[in-house]
Amino acid sequence: MKSYRRGDQVVPVLIDITFDIAAGDYVALMGPSGSGKSTLLNLIAGIDKPDSGTLHVGGVDITTLGEAELAAWRSRNVGFIFQFYNLMPVLTAFENVELPLLLTDLTARERREHVTAALGMVGLSDRVEHYPSELSGGQQQRVAIARAIITDPTILVADEPTGDLDRTSAEDILKMMDRLNRELGKTIIMVTHDPHAAEQARGVRHLEKGELTQ
Amino acid sequence: MTAYLKLVVKNAFRQKLRTALTMLGIVVAILAFGLLRTVVDAWYAGSEAASATRLVTRNAISLVFSLPLTYYSQIKQVAGVKSVSYANWFGGVYIREKNFFPQFGVQTSTYFDLYPEFVVPPEQMREFLRDRKGAIVGRKLADTYGFKVGDQVTLRGTIFPGNWDFVVRGIYDGATARTDTSQFFFNWEYLNETMKKTAPRRANNVGVYVVGLASPDVAAEVAAAVDATFKNSLAESLTETEQAFQLGFLSMVETIVLAIKVVSFLVIFIIMAVMANTMAMTARERMAEYATLKALGFGPQHLTLFIFGESLFIALLGGAIGVGLSYPVVNWFGGVMGSLFPVFNLKPETIYMQTGAALFVGAVAALFPCLRAARVRIAEGLRHAG
Repeated sequence: MKSYRRGDQVVPVLIDITFDIAAGDYVALMGPSGSGKSTLLNLIAGIDKPDSGTLHVGGVDITTLGEAELAAWRSRNVGFIFQFYNLMPVLTAFENVELPLLLTDLTARERREHVTAALGMVGLSDRVEHYPSELSGGQQQRVAIARAIITDPTILVADEPTGDLDRTSAEDILKMMDRLNRELGKTIIMVTHDPHAAEQARGVRHLEKGELTQ
Repeated sequence: MTAYLKLVVKNAFRQKLRTALTMLGIVVAILAFGLLRTVVDAWYAGSEAASATRLVTRNAISLVFSLPLTYYSQIKQVAGVKSVSYANWFGGVYIREKNFFPQFGVQTSTYFDLYPEFVVPPEQMREFLRDRKGAIVGRKLADTYGFKVGDQVTLRGTIFPGNWDFVVRGIYDGATARTDTSQFFFNWEYLNETMKKTAPRRANNVGVYVVGLASPDVAAEVAAAVDATFKNSLAESLTETEQAFQLGFLSMVETIVLAIKVVSFLVIFIIMAVMANTMAMTARERMAEYATLKALGFGPQHLTLFIFGESLFIALLGGAIGVGLSYPVVNWFGGVMGSLFPVFNLKPETIYMQTGAALFVGAVAALFPCLRAARVRIAEGLRHAG
């Protein structure tokens, strides 16, 4: 159960949801605006907490974790891909991808090796020193994907990853996510409005008025 | 840590114009703070440079009344007194009224022994002692008006009417940077002899006696003994330490000094508000970034480090430029003020205060943005993206 408070009113967003995703699965969450799909994604990713109920991710009930523990858990287990990429505009592609590694014990040299490999994986080896403003939308989203996988998390959560992209760039991103799922075994949960994007996933779940309909 | 530092510096210069203007404000505020504190220090410079082994005896009613010359030998006999000299405030005008500098008629044979901080070359001192119309001027005064040894200087008397001609026989330097070198000394006998001829009732009177002590420990007893000597006389005396005597002058302008002090802190308060506003705007604009960083696993302590770091960086860089500019500005201002502020130096304490003020401004300005960023709910903050 998850609800928000708007003034004096309590607005329920998710109601009695039971939702299982197997490790290595690739699930698309669809539904109209306000149906609660982003809220569900946030709960799974550990950036929001339910009012009641439990959330077991990889055998851990994340609802029992404190703020600091949850932050540490996220940094190890979850990679984020946002609709608007959410890159730091003052940092280069390299520095953006390096960010999550600053929370680890890796040396600068080790970090450099990891970042170079991740940027190579998303095809941006030649854009290492470019700032987000110097990259196209598709390239920025690829930087965001490199940042999401840099700590080798088990889960990738993507909120409308192609929502701000043209058709060609969107295709590239979807292919890349498919590769991450198939080749690296990442569990992916993607919120999308785009039926074509949803088709790329192995399963689609629909939410309506805070309830799973299928 | 280098990566964090890089992010702090890059963020600081993200809005170049805004950062530049904020920094300019800090530079001006720190500079103004330093200048105003130096003005306050300049007021107190005389009292701070005062010797603990010197007492000043003046007329108990007021400084404008004099004391008889006959007190000289009586003061010398008081136990604990090592030496005695005397001086008269002259109050003359050099060419124009605005050319103010202190002038004293002094007992030449004793006065400079009591003030070892006035360093006069021996041959110049010999010339000075030989010439009844001779004068010794401070280095700052000589530099201001271009006085050289051998120059004739005419002062128009205001307390002692008439034109008074002097010949510069020596230039004294200060033993330390805090020594007042803006004064003009001449032979009290010249003044007294003239008074004997033109205003006999004013002759054989001195403005103050300067009493040299064997030890500062006996100051209170000697002061009491001197004043007891002249108790119930026509001219009762008031003896106090040189520092108390100087502070007595300051009490007349205490309100002005207090006002300057208040303004100096107000300047810091205003720039603190400006800086706080800048940092609040910055934090508000970056709420989505803070939420993203939190989503990636960065905790409130990291965000605090970024925001505090950025605020302190801007404040300290502005502060450093302000401190750096303080030296030439204080020198220029001291020159413009001439002999009004005989000692006008930027003290190390002022620099520490300036640095402390910059640190304080940076820290306080970051406080609320830090709290806000630390408390932002990730899901809510991410809605600001795009």
